[in-house]
Amino acid sequence: MNGVFDLAGTDGVGPVVVPDDEPIFRAEWEKAVFPMFAMCFRAGFFGVDQFRHGIEQIDPAVYLRSPYYEHWVHTVEHFGAKLGKLDLAELDRRTEHYLANPDAPLPAHEDDPELLAFVEAVVPAGAPAGRPSDKVARFAVGDVVRIDRSSPKGHTRRARYVRGAVGEIVLHHGPMIYPDSAGNGLGEDPEHVYTVRFSNAELWGEEHAEPNGAVYFDVWDPYLELVTPAAGSAAAAPATPEGASA
Amino acid sequence: MSDKIRTQEEIAARVKALESMLIEQGVMTTQAIDRMVEIYEHEVGPQLGAKAVVKAWTDPAFRERLLADTTEACQELGIGGLQGEDLVALENTDTVHNVIVCTLCSCYPWPVLGLPPNWYKDPQYRAAITREPRKVLREAFSFEVPESVEVRVWDSSSEMRYWVLPQRPAGTEGWTEEQLLALVTRESMIGVGPVAEAA
Repeated sequence: MNGVFDLAGTDGVGPVVVPDDEPIFRAEWEKAVFPMFAMCFRAGFFGVDQFRHGIEQIDPAVYLRSPYYEHWVHTVEHFGAKLGKLDLAELDRRTEHYLANPDAPLPAHEDDPELLAFVEAVVPAGAPAGRPSDKVARFAVGDVVRIDRSSPKGHTRRARYVRGAVGEIVLHHGPMIYPDSAGNGLGEDPEHVYTVRFSNAELWGEEHAEPNGAVYFDVWDPYLELVTPAAGSAAAAPATPEGASA
Repeated sequence: MSDKIRTQEEIAARVKALESMLIEQGVMTTQAIDRMVEIYEHEVGPQLGAKAVVKAWTDPAFRERLLADTTEACQELGIGGLQGEDLVALENTDTVHNVIVCTLCSCYPWPVLGLPPNWYKDPQYRAAITREPRKVLREAFSFEVPESVEVRVWDSSSEMRYWVLPQRPAGTEGWTEEQLLALVTRESMIGVGPVAEAA
Protein backbone atom coordinates (compact mmCIF):
# COMPACT_ATOMS: atom_id res chain seq x y z
CA MET A 1 0.00 0.00 0.00
CA ASN A 2 1.06 3.59 -0.63
CA GLY A 3 1.37 4.53 3.05
CA VAL A 4 3.39 7.11 4.97
CA PHE A 5 5.45 4.32 6.56
CA ASP A 6 7.19 4.06 3.16
CA LEU A 7 9.54 6.89 4.06
CA ALA A 8 12.60 6.69 1.81
CA GLY A 9 13.25 10.01 0.12
CA THR A 10 10.58 11.88 2.10
CA ASP A 11 11.78 15.44 2.72
CA GLY A 12 10.82 17.73 5.57
CA VAL A 13 10.56 15.25 8.44
CA GLY A 14 13.38 16.94 10.34
CA PRO A 15 16.94 16.14 11.31
CA VAL A 16 18.15 12.79 12.64
CA VAL A 17 18.48 13.15 16.40
CA VAL A 18 21.00 10.85 18.07
CA PRO A 19 21.06 10.94 21.88
CA ASP A 20 24.40 10.32 23.57
CA ASP A 21 23.05 7.19 25.15
CA GLU A 22 19.69 5.58 25.76
CA PRO A 23 18.46 2.42 27.44
CA ILE A 24 17.29 -0.57 25.36
CA PHE A 25 13.79 -0.02 26.79
CA ARG A 26 12.85 3.55 27.69
CA ALA A 27 9.78 2.69 29.79
CA GLU A 28 8.35 -0.32 31.61
CA TRP A 29 5.52 -0.57 29.09
CA GLU A 30 8.08 -1.05 26.28
CA LYS A 31 9.33 -4.16 28.09
CA ALA A 32 5.84 -5.65 28.04
CA VAL A 33 5.29 -4.86 24.36
CA PHE A 34 8.57 -6.15 22.94
CA PRO A 35 7.84 -9.84 23.81
CA MET A 36 4.36 -9.59 22.23
CA PHE A 37 5.87 -10.01 18.75
CA ALA A 38 7.29 -13.48 19.48
CA MET A 39 4.52 -14.63 21.83
CA CYS A 40 1.57 -13.50 19.70
CA PHE A 41 3.33 -15.03 16.68
CA ARG A 42 3.42 -18.32 18.62
CA ALA A 43 -0.27 -17.91 19.49
CA GLY A 44 -1.17 -17.57 15.80
CA PHE A 45 -2.02 -13.85 15.72
CA PHE A 46 0.16 -13.13 12.67
CA GLY A 47 3.25 -13.97 10.65
CA VAL A 48 5.99 -11.37 10.38
CA ASP A 49 4.64 -9.98 7.07
CA GLN A 50 1.14 -9.55 8.51
CA PHE A 51 2.68 -8.00 11.63
CA ARG A 52 4.26 -5.33 9.40
CA HIS A 53 1.02 -4.78 7.47
CA GLY A 54 -0.87 -4.18 10.71
CA ILE A 55 1.61 -1.40 11.49
CA GLU A 56 1.28 0.05 7.98
CA GLN A 57 -2.44 0.59 8.59
CA ILE A 58 -1.94 2.81 11.65
CA ASP A 59 -3.33 6.34 11.32
CA PRO A 60 -0.47 8.19 9.55
CA ALA A 61 -0.23 11.03 12.09
CA VAL A 62 -0.06 8.51 14.93
CA TYR A 63 2.51 6.45 13.03
CA LEU A 64 4.84 9.40 12.61
CA ARG A 65 4.45 10.80 16.13
CA SER A 66 4.12 7.79 18.43
CA PRO A 67 6.96 5.98 20.23
CA TYR A 68 8.18 2.97 18.26
CA TYR A 69 6.81 0.16 20.39
CA GLU A 70 3.33 1.69 20.33
CA HIS A 71 3.25 0.56 16.68
CA TRP A 72 3.47 -3.00 17.93
CA VAL A 73 0.50 -2.44 20.25
CA HIS A 74 -1.60 -1.37 17.27
CA THR A 75 -0.77 -4.43 15.18
CA VAL A 76 -1.42 -6.84 18.11
CA GLU A 77 -4.81 -5.16 18.64
CA HIS A 78 -5.55 -5.18 14.90
CA PHE A 79 -5.02 -8.92 14.52
CA GLY A 80 -6.38 -9.80 17.95
CA ALA A 81 -9.69 -8.12 17.05
CA LYS A 82 -9.72 -9.47 13.49
CA LEU A 83 -9.24 -13.06 14.69
CA GLY A 84 -11.74 -12.73 17.53
CA LYS A 85 -8.98 -13.21 20.13
CA LEU A 86 -9.36 -9.73 21.63
CA ASP A 87 -12.57 -7.95 22.62
CA LEU A 88 -11.72 -4.28 22.04
CA ALA A 89 -14.59 -3.04 24.25
CA GLU A 90 -13.14 -5.09 27.11
CA LEU A 91 -9.68 -3.74 26.26
CA ASP A 92 -11.08 -0.18 26.50
CA ARG A 93 -12.65 -0.96 29.89
CA ARG A 94 -9.39 -2.35 31.24
CA THR A 95 -7.46 0.60 29.84
CA GLU A 96 -9.70 2.96 31.85
CA HIS A 97 -9.13 0.79 34.91
CA TYR A 98 -5.33 0.90 34.62
CA LEU A 99 -5.40 4.60 33.72
CA ALA A 100 -7.21 5.28 37.02
CA ASN A 101 -5.14 2.68 38.90
CA PRO A 102 -1.70 2.50 37.27
CA ASP A 103 -0.32 0.32 40.03
CA ALA A 104 -3.18 -2.19 40.00
CA PRO A 105 -1.73 -5.69 39.61
CA LEU A 106 -1.87 -7.86 36.52
CA PRO A 107 -4.04 -10.97 36.79
CA ALA A 108 -2.51 -13.70 38.94
CA HIS A 109 -1.27 -16.57 36.78
CA GLU A 110 0.96 -19.64 36.79
CA ASP A 111 4.33 -19.77 35.01
CA ASP A 112 4.25 -21.71 31.76
CA PRO A 113 7.38 -23.85 31.23
CA GLU A 114 6.49 -24.40 27.57
CA LEU A 115 6.33 -20.67 26.90
CA LEU A 116 9.67 -20.13 28.59
CA ALA A 117 11.14 -23.00 26.54
CA PHE A 118 9.77 -21.33 23.40
CA VAL A 119 11.60 -18.10 24.25
CA GLU A 120 14.86 -19.93 24.92
CA ALA A 121 14.51 -21.81 21.62
CA VAL A 122 13.27 -19.09 19.26
CA VAL A 123 15.93 -16.48 20.08
CA PRO A 124 18.91 -18.58 18.93
CA ALA A 125 17.00 -20.46 16.18
CA GLY A 126 14.87 -17.68 14.71
CA ALA A 127 12.19 -18.28 12.11
CA PRO A 128 13.90 -18.44 8.70
CA ALA A 129 11.98 -17.14 5.66
CA GLY A 130 13.85 -19.28 3.11
CA ARG A 131 11.64 -21.95 1.52
CA PRO A 132 12.19 -24.70 -1.01
CA SER A 133 10.42 -24.00 -4.30
CA ASP A 134 10.18 -25.50 -7.76
CA LYS A 135 9.96 -22.03 -9.25
CA VAL A 136 12.81 -21.25 -11.63
CA ALA A 137 14.55 -17.94 -11.02
CA ARG A 138 13.65 -15.72 -13.99
CA PHE A 139 16.71 -13.51 -13.45
CA ALA A 140 20.41 -13.85 -12.76
CA VAL A 141 23.19 -11.78 -11.22
CA GLY A 142 24.27 -9.20 -13.80
CA ASP A 143 20.83 -8.80 -15.38
CA VAL A 144 19.67 -5.21 -15.72
CA VAL A 145 16.08 -5.05 -14.48
CA ARG A 146 13.29 -2.58 -13.82
CA ILE A 147 10.96 -2.68 -10.82
CA ASP A 148 7.38 -2.59 -12.02
CA ARG A 149 5.05 0.34 -11.33
CA SER A 150 2.47 -1.81 -9.57
CA SER A 151 0.73 -0.13 -6.57
CA PRO A 152 -0.98 -2.93 -4.63
CA LYS A 153 -3.43 -1.73 -1.98
CA GLY A 154 -2.47 -4.55 0.38
CA HIS A 155 0.95 -5.38 1.83
CA THR A 156 3.99 -5.26 -0.46
CA ARG A 157 7.67 -4.42 -0.12
CA ARG A 158 7.69 -2.29 -3.28
CA ALA A 159 8.95 0.97 -1.82
CA ARG A 160 7.78 3.89 -3.95
CA TYR A 161 11.27 5.28 -4.50
CA VAL A 162 12.42 2.23 -6.46
CA ARG A 163 9.27 1.67 -8.54
CA GLY A 164 10.05 2.08 -12.23
CA ALA A 165 13.77 2.42 -11.51
CA VAL A 166 16.39 0.44 -13.43
CA GLY A 167 19.21 -1.36 -11.64
CA GLU A 168 21.47 -4.38 -11.78
CA ILE A 169 21.00 -7.63 -9.89
CA VAL A 170 24.04 -8.15 -7.64
CA LEU A 171 22.92 -11.02 -5.39
CA HIS A 172 20.49 -13.93 -5.73
CA HIS A 173 19.29 -15.31 -2.39
CA GLY A 174 16.94 -18.12 -3.49
CA PRO A 175 13.22 -18.50 -2.75
CA MET A 176 11.75 -16.93 0.39
CA ILE A 177 8.25 -16.22 1.76
CA TYR A 178 6.52 -13.70 -0.55
CA PRO A 179 5.26 -10.67 1.40
CA ASP A 180 2.61 -9.72 -1.17
CA SER A 181 0.98 -13.06 -0.45
CA ALA A 182 1.90 -13.78 3.20
CA GLY A 183 1.33 -10.21 4.39
CA ASN A 184 -2.22 -10.34 3.04
CA GLY A 185 -3.09 -13.70 4.64
CA LEU A 186 -2.79 -15.59 1.35
CA GLY A 187 -0.06 -18.08 2.24
CA GLU A 188 3.70 -18.19 1.87
CA ASP A 189 3.87 -18.59 -1.92
CA PRO A 190 7.71 -18.42 -1.97
CA GLU A 191 9.45 -16.41 -4.70
CA HIS A 192 13.12 -15.86 -5.54
CA VAL A 193 14.73 -12.87 -3.83
CA TYR A 194 17.45 -10.71 -5.38
CA THR A 195 19.41 -7.65 -4.34
CA VAL A 196 19.28 -4.91 -6.98
CA ARG A 197 21.78 -2.05 -7.12
CA PHE A 198 20.46 1.39 -8.12
CA SER A 199 22.76 4.36 -8.71
CA ASN A 200 21.91 7.50 -6.74
CA ALA A 201 21.36 9.32 -10.02
CA GLU A 202 18.80 6.72 -11.16
CA LEU A 203 16.79 7.19 -7.97
CA TRP A 204 17.01 10.94 -7.43
CA GLY A 205 18.12 12.42 -10.76
CA GLU A 206 21.60 13.69 -11.62
CA GLU A 207 20.91 17.18 -10.32
CA HIS A 208 19.80 16.14 -6.84
CA ALA A 209 21.76 12.92 -6.24
CA GLU A 210 24.87 12.70 -4.07
CA PRO A 211 27.99 11.70 -6.03
CA ASN A 212 29.63 8.28 -5.98
CA GLY A 213 26.94 6.23 -4.33
CA ALA A 214 24.27 3.58 -4.81
CA VAL A 215 21.35 2.01 -2.98
CA TYR A 216 20.91 -1.75 -2.68
CA PHE A 217 17.31 -2.93 -2.39
CA ASP A 218 15.92 -6.47 -2.11
CA VAL A 219 13.10 -7.54 -4.41
CA TRP A 220 11.04 -10.63 -5.14
CA ASP A 221 10.98 -12.12 -8.64
CA PRO A 222 7.43 -10.91 -9.55
CA TYR A 223 8.46 -7.26 -8.94
CA LEU A 224 10.92 -7.35 -11.84
CA GLU A 225 10.98 -7.00 -15.58
CA LEU A 226 14.09 -7.63 -17.67
CA VAL A 227 15.78 -4.69 -19.39
CA THR A 228 19.07 -6.24 -20.52
CA PRO A 229 20.37 -9.75 -19.78
CA ALA A 230 23.73 -10.05 -18.07
CA ALA A 231 26.67 -9.62 -20.47
CA GLY A 232 27.89 -13.05 -21.52
CA SER A 233 24.71 -14.67 -20.27
CA ALA A 234 23.91 -17.93 -22.08
CA ALA A 235 20.46 -16.63 -22.92
CA ALA A 236 20.79 -13.60 -25.12
CA ALA A 237 17.01 -13.90 -25.29
CA PRO A 238 14.81 -12.63 -22.45
CA ALA A 239 15.22 -14.84 -19.38
CA THR A 240 11.49 -15.25 -18.91
CA PRO A 241 9.84 -18.68 -19.16
CA GLU A 242 7.87 -17.41 -22.18
CA GLY A 243 11.05 -16.19 -23.85
CA ALA A 244 12.87 -19.42 -23.13
CA SER A 245 10.15 -21.57 -24.70
CA ALA A 246 9.60 -19.34 -27.73
CA MET B 1 -7.83 1.94 15.07
CA SER B 2 -7.12 4.95 17.26
CA ASP B 3 -6.17 8.29 15.69
CA LYS B 4 -5.21 9.80 19.03
CA ILE B 5 -1.67 10.76 19.98
CA ARG B 6 -1.39 9.17 23.42
CA THR B 7 0.60 10.32 26.42
CA GLN B 8 3.07 7.96 28.07
CA GLU B 9 0.51 7.37 30.84
CA GLU B 10 -2.19 6.49 28.31
CA ILE B 11 0.09 4.10 26.44
CA ALA B 12 1.18 2.45 29.70
CA ALA B 13 -2.46 1.87 30.68
CA ARG B 14 -3.33 0.53 27.24
CA VAL B 15 -0.37 -1.85 27.30
CA LYS B 16 -1.18 -3.09 30.80
CA ALA B 17 -4.77 -3.74 29.73
CA LEU B 18 -3.60 -5.64 26.66
CA GLU B 19 -1.03 -7.54 28.70
CA SER B 20 -3.70 -8.55 31.21
CA MET B 21 -5.88 -10.02 28.46
CA LEU B 22 -2.99 -11.86 26.80
CA ILE B 23 -1.94 -13.25 30.19
CA GLU B 24 -5.47 -14.55 30.86
CA GLN B 25 -5.43 -16.24 27.45
CA GLY B 26 -2.13 -17.94 28.21
CA VAL B 27 -0.41 -16.12 25.33
CA MET B 28 2.08 -14.46 27.69
CA THR B 29 3.37 -14.90 31.23
CA THR B 30 5.32 -12.34 33.22
CA GLN B 31 8.07 -14.92 33.59
CA ALA B 32 8.46 -15.28 29.81
CA ILE B 33 8.26 -11.50 29.34
CA ASP B 34 11.03 -10.95 31.89
CA ARG B 35 13.22 -13.58 30.23
CA MET B 36 12.80 -12.06 26.76
CA VAL B 37 13.70 -8.62 28.13
CA GLU B 38 16.70 -10.00 29.98
CA ILE B 39 18.03 -11.63 26.80
CA TYR B 40 17.96 -8.37 24.81
CA GLU B 41 19.13 -6.18 27.70
CA HIS B 42 22.07 -8.35 28.70
CA GLU B 43 22.83 -11.21 26.30
CA VAL B 44 22.20 -10.30 22.66
CA GLY B 45 23.90 -7.02 21.71
CA PRO B 46 26.61 -5.40 19.59
CA GLN B 47 29.34 -7.15 21.57
CA LEU B 48 28.46 -10.25 19.49
CA GLY B 49 28.94 -8.50 16.15
CA ALA B 50 32.19 -7.05 17.48
CA LYS B 51 33.39 -10.58 18.23
CA ALA B 52 32.81 -11.59 14.60
CA VAL B 53 34.50 -8.42 13.33
CA VAL B 54 37.64 -8.97 15.42
CA LYS B 55 37.77 -12.63 14.38
CA ALA B 56 37.59 -11.50 10.73
CA TRP B 57 40.36 -8.94 11.33
CA THR B 58 42.69 -11.51 12.88
CA ASP B 59 41.82 -14.70 10.99
CA PRO B 60 41.92 -14.35 7.16
CA ALA B 61 40.31 -17.75 6.61
CA PHE B 62 37.40 -16.79 8.87
CA ARG B 63 37.07 -13.44 7.06
CA GLU B 64 36.68 -15.33 3.78
CA ARG B 65 34.07 -17.63 5.26
CA LEU B 66 32.24 -14.65 6.80
CA LEU B 67 32.04 -12.88 3.44
CA ALA B 68 31.09 -16.08 1.58
CA ASP B 69 28.31 -17.18 3.99
CA THR B 70 27.83 -14.85 6.92
CA THR B 71 25.07 -16.85 8.61
CA GLU B 72 27.15 -20.03 8.63
CA ALA B 73 30.39 -18.30 9.73
CA CYS B 74 28.57 -16.58 12.61
CA GLN B 75 27.23 -19.97 13.72
CA GLU B 76 30.86 -21.00 14.33
CA LEU B 77 30.90 -18.34 17.05
CA GLY B 78 27.48 -19.32 18.40
CA ILE B 79 25.92 -16.19 16.87
CA GLY B 80 22.58 -16.34 15.05
CA GLY B 81 18.82 -16.51 15.44
CA LEU B 82 15.79 -14.27 15.54
CA GLN B 83 15.83 -11.42 12.99
CA GLY B 84 19.19 -12.58 11.69
CA GLU B 85 18.27 -15.90 10.11
CA ASP B 86 19.96 -14.73 6.88
CA LEU B 87 22.92 -12.47 7.58
CA VAL B 88 25.16 -10.70 5.06
CA ALA B 89 28.32 -8.91 6.24
CA LEU B 90 29.33 -5.97 4.01
CA GLU B 91 33.06 -5.30 3.91
CA ASN B 92 34.29 -1.72 4.00
CA THR B 93 37.44 -1.03 1.97
CA ASP B 94 39.57 1.96 0.97
CA THR B 95 37.09 2.64 -1.83
CA VAL B 96 33.71 1.41 -0.47
CA HIS B 97 31.77 2.44 2.63
CA ASN B 98 28.55 0.59 3.52
CA VAL B 99 25.62 1.74 5.64
CA ILE B 100 22.36 -0.03 6.52
CA VAL B 101 18.75 1.09 6.88
CA CYS B 102 15.20 -0.27 6.78
CA THR B 103 13.16 2.46 5.07
CA LEU B 104 9.89 0.47 5.27
CA CYS B 105 9.96 -0.41 8.98
CA SER B 106 12.84 -1.16 11.36
CA CYS B 107 14.56 -4.39 10.20
CA TYR B 108 17.94 -4.82 11.89
CA PRO B 109 20.31 -7.77 12.47
CA TRP B 110 19.40 -8.56 16.10
CA PRO B 111 21.80 -11.53 16.61
CA VAL B 112 24.88 -9.39 15.88
CA LEU B 113 23.74 -5.92 17.01
CA GLY B 114 20.90 -6.50 19.50
CA LEU B 115 17.83 -4.29 19.28
CA PRO B 116 18.18 -1.12 17.18
CA PRO B 117 18.63 2.34 18.70
CA ASN B 118 15.54 4.55 18.42
CA TRP B 119 17.03 6.92 15.83
CA TYR B 120 17.41 3.91 13.47
CA LYS B 121 13.66 3.18 13.76
CA ASP B 122 12.49 6.80 13.65
CA PRO B 123 11.17 8.44 10.46
CA GLN B 124 14.00 10.96 10.10
CA TYR B 125 16.86 8.51 9.47
CA ARG B 126 14.73 6.21 7.33
CA ALA B 127 13.57 9.14 5.18
CA ALA B 128 16.98 10.69 4.57
CA ILE B 129 19.67 8.02 4.47
CA THR B 130 18.98 6.62 0.98
CA ARG B 131 18.67 10.13 -0.47
CA GLU B 132 21.50 12.03 1.24
CA PRO B 133 23.66 9.51 3.08
CA ARG B 134 26.81 11.67 3.16
CA LYS B 135 24.85 14.59 4.55
CA VAL B 136 23.19 12.44 7.25
CA LEU B 137 26.52 10.89 8.25
CA ARG B 138 28.14 14.34 8.40
CA GLU B 139 25.36 16.24 10.18
CA ALA B 140 23.91 13.64 12.56
CA PHE B 141 27.00 11.52 13.23
CA SER B 142 29.91 13.93 12.55
CA PHE B 143 31.26 11.28 10.19
CA GLU B 144 32.78 12.48 6.92
CA VAL B 145 33.17 9.96 4.08
CA PRO B 146 35.55 11.32 1.39
CA GLU B 147 34.01 11.78 -2.05
CA SER B 148 36.54 9.31 -3.47
CA VAL B 149 34.93 6.58 -1.35
CA GLU B 150 31.69 5.14 -2.74
CA VAL B 151 28.78 5.13 -0.28
CA ARG B 152 26.55 2.07 -0.57
CA VAL B 153 23.25 2.17 1.33
CA TRP B 154 21.62 -1.22 1.95
CA ASP B 155 17.84 -1.00 2.43
CA SER B 156 16.68 -4.21 4.20
CA SER B 157 13.41 -4.70 2.33
CA SER B 158 13.51 -8.52 2.65
CA GLU B 159 14.45 -10.89 5.48
CA MET B 160 18.14 -10.64 4.49
CA ARG B 161 19.90 -8.79 7.30
CA TYR B 162 22.90 -6.69 6.30
CA TRP B 163 25.57 -5.30 8.63
CA VAL B 164 28.95 -3.74 8.16
CA LEU B 165 32.40 -5.25 8.59
CA PRO B 166 34.45 -2.11 9.25
CA GLN B 167 38.10 -1.79 8.26
CA ARG B 168 40.74 -2.62 10.83
CA PRO B 169 42.45 0.64 11.74
CA ALA B 170 46.12 1.13 11.00
CA GLY B 171 48.47 0.98 13.95
CA THR B 172 46.77 -2.00 15.59
CA GLU B 173 49.26 -4.66 14.54
CA GLY B 174 49.90 -7.13 17.33
CA TRP B 175 46.95 -5.93 19.42
CA THR B 176 45.17 -8.43 21.64
CA GLU B 177 41.61 -9.50 20.91
CA GLU B 178 40.44 -7.51 23.92
CA GLN B 179 42.12 -4.31 22.67
CA LEU B 180 40.60 -4.79 19.21
CA LEU B 181 37.09 -5.49 20.61
CA ALA B 182 37.16 -2.11 22.32
CA LEU B 183 37.49 -0.42 18.89
CA VAL B 184 34.36 -1.93 17.34
CA THR B 185 31.37 0.34 17.96
CA ARG B 186 27.74 -0.38 17.19
CA GLU B 187 27.78 2.65 14.88
CA SER B 188 30.71 1.21 12.90
CA MET B 189 28.67 -1.95 12.22
CA ILE B 190 25.61 0.07 11.14
CA GLY B 191 27.91 2.16 8.97
CA VAL B 192 27.11 5.55 10.52
CA GLY B 193 30.40 5.91 12.35
CA PRO B 194 34.03 4.90 12.31
CA VAL B 195 35.63 2.38 14.62
CA ALA B 196 37.06 4.00 17.73
CA GLU B 197 40.45 5.73 17.50
CA ALA B 198 43.42 3.42 17.93
CA ALA B 199 44.82 5.53 20.76
